[in-house]
Amino acid sequence: MQLTLERRRWLWAYTFIAIPLIFFLAIRIGPTLYAFWMSLHRWDPIALDRPYIGLDNYRTMVDDAVFWKAMRNTWVYVIVGVPAGLIISLLIALGLQRMIRYAGFFRVLYFLPYITSLVAVGWVWRWMYMPNGFFNEVLGWFGLSSGFLGSPGSAIYSIIATTVWHGLGFQVVIFLAGLESIPQDYLEAASLDGATGWQKFRGIILPLLNPTIVFLVVTGVISNLQVFTQIRNMSSAGTGGPLNSTISVVLYVYQQAFQSLPSKMGYASAMTVVLFAMILVITIIQLKVLQRDTE
Amino acid sequence: MNQSQSTLATPGSIAAPPRADLYADAAAKSRAAKRKKRIVQGVLAVILFLGGLMMIFPFVWMVASSLKNAQDIYTLSLIPPDPTLSNYRTVLQETSYIRWFANSLLVAGITTASVAFFDSLAGYTLAKFRFPGATLIFILILSTLMVPTEMLVIPWYVMSIEMSWTNSYWGIMFPGVISAFGVFLMRQFFMGVPNDLIDAARLDGFSEFRIFWKIALPLVKPAVAALCIFTFLGNWNAYIWPLIVIRSEEMRTLPVGIAFFSSESGSAFHLIMAAAALATIPVIIIFLIFQRHIIKGIALAGLKG
Repeated sequence: MQLTLERRRWLWAYTFIAIPLIFFLAIRIGPTLYAFWMSLHRWDPIALDRPYIGLDNYRTMVDDAVFWKAMRNTWVYVIVGVPAGLIISLLIALGLQRMIRYAGFFRVLYFLPYITSLVAVGWVWRWMYMPNGFFNEVLGWFGLSSGFLGSPGSAIYSIIATTVWHGLGFQVVIFLAGLESIPQDYLEAASLDGATGWQKFRGIILPLLNPTIVFLVVTGVISNLQVFTQIRNMSSAGTGGPLNSTISVVLYVYQQAFQSLPSKMGYASAMTVVLFAMILVITIIQLKVLQRDTE
Repeated sequence: MNQSQSTLATPGSIAAPPRADLYADAAAKSRAAKRKKRIVQGVLAVILFLGGLMMIFPFVWMVASSLKNAQDIYTLSLIPPDPTLSNYRTVLQETSYIRWFANSLLVAGITTASVAFFDSLAGYTLAKFRFPGATLIFILILSTLMVPTEMLVIPWYVMSIEMSWTNSYWGIMFPGVISAFGVFLMRQFFMGVPNDLIDAARLDGFSEFRIFWKIALPLVKPAVAALCIFTFLGNWNAYIWPLIVIRSEEMRTLPVGIAFFSSESGSAFHLIMAAAALATIPVIIIFLIFQRHIIKGIALAGLKG
């Protein structure tokens, strides 16, 4: 049988895409639907019986004080961590862009933490935050001290500081790329018109940097909604303490699914569905904002 | 910016001699501006340098602590009073560090190779072939980007138990061997490859796979390199899924191994810092060697993705 040229090309395309397509269906889309399915059941992997319980898992969530604590904390990670990272990295990028010499050297310094394992550096920061660690020794010179990770009031902010420090390099590099795309003519014309540095920043740099800022806000919000590694390694006993003051939704999901006895995988799945819904809404907002920009 | 300013300034100073009186004032002004610029540069350099020191200080402190013995660990000095490598020896002897390192290398290496190949192939197909269902497949793949990993780890775990994949290399790797982000990235880049080139190769009798492999792929090498760097780093540092799927001590990846060792070490921070140094310093060395490519690759992957 003779295939037309077009048909033969289709066949090639299907051959090329087959393995990736099967992968995405089996490892991504299937499990996503399965998570929804699990969220409607009482699911203990050891038990033989996994009864359908409708929306009970979601109802449990409403009355679960720890879940609400975790949700509140997760948004603290987002609302404090994202702006802090953005403002600091923008200032550094603006400085680096003005450097004529050694800009590459400085860029390496700021980028370094980003490539290292959050587990390892989490433990380094934990050591520095200890009651007899570096920070308290230095504070001691001025007669001060802080509980840092040990006190419910400051623990979450101590973890946020580490998160910001770790992600700063990525944001700086993205901001630098955004700054480079701003036409120099605009800034020079503004200078000739006698615009001050602040006026140039407000009037030209900030508006033209908008797509970069939207991108960094969205990636920052999504990654902070999923915060886990640093809490698991920095909070006391890795449980989101003290007094659940640092527990995040993902850490609570992990505890419910993999550490509690009996394992509550159905309940944990229901919480991930809520997390998914939040990320979906943010992604849709991002698409809307970017669409408005291009119009 | 600075380059264009200096080229603008030079013709003025060269033209100065014939009409010196007229330009003297301007020259003085430009000298003052230059001096101001040099001061700004100096202040900026000092601020950025101090900021940079703060960025790398945790690593300095990590190394300093790792070289102190148990008695000196609480002293504030950067230079260990009695430097010792015994902490490193202890970590290497008491843990399966070498094995963990090899595990991470294997898992991240194979995953990266697989992602580079399949994502390029899928991206190329979606960019350069028109076939029934292409749009649907693209949307399907893109939609998976919105699903957080945390939502999938529980189904993946159930699946791994069902298939007896727990505690195996395949079990650690399977969720990452193809990435939706990479397909999207590669599709973007393959769109830029001229169709004429592909058609010409077809006329020359190249097979479709050979066109992809020999003609199109070499043209998007920077994108493949960026994807490789991004993927390797992500898998090298991956934590939550390996933590869930690994059962035995010797199957741990480096982050999982370091996390277990550290939490079991109590307050023996001289040992924990040696372990942290063993986990981070090889990566830092690689980074310092290839920093230009790595930073460029991550910026490229981050921006186009």
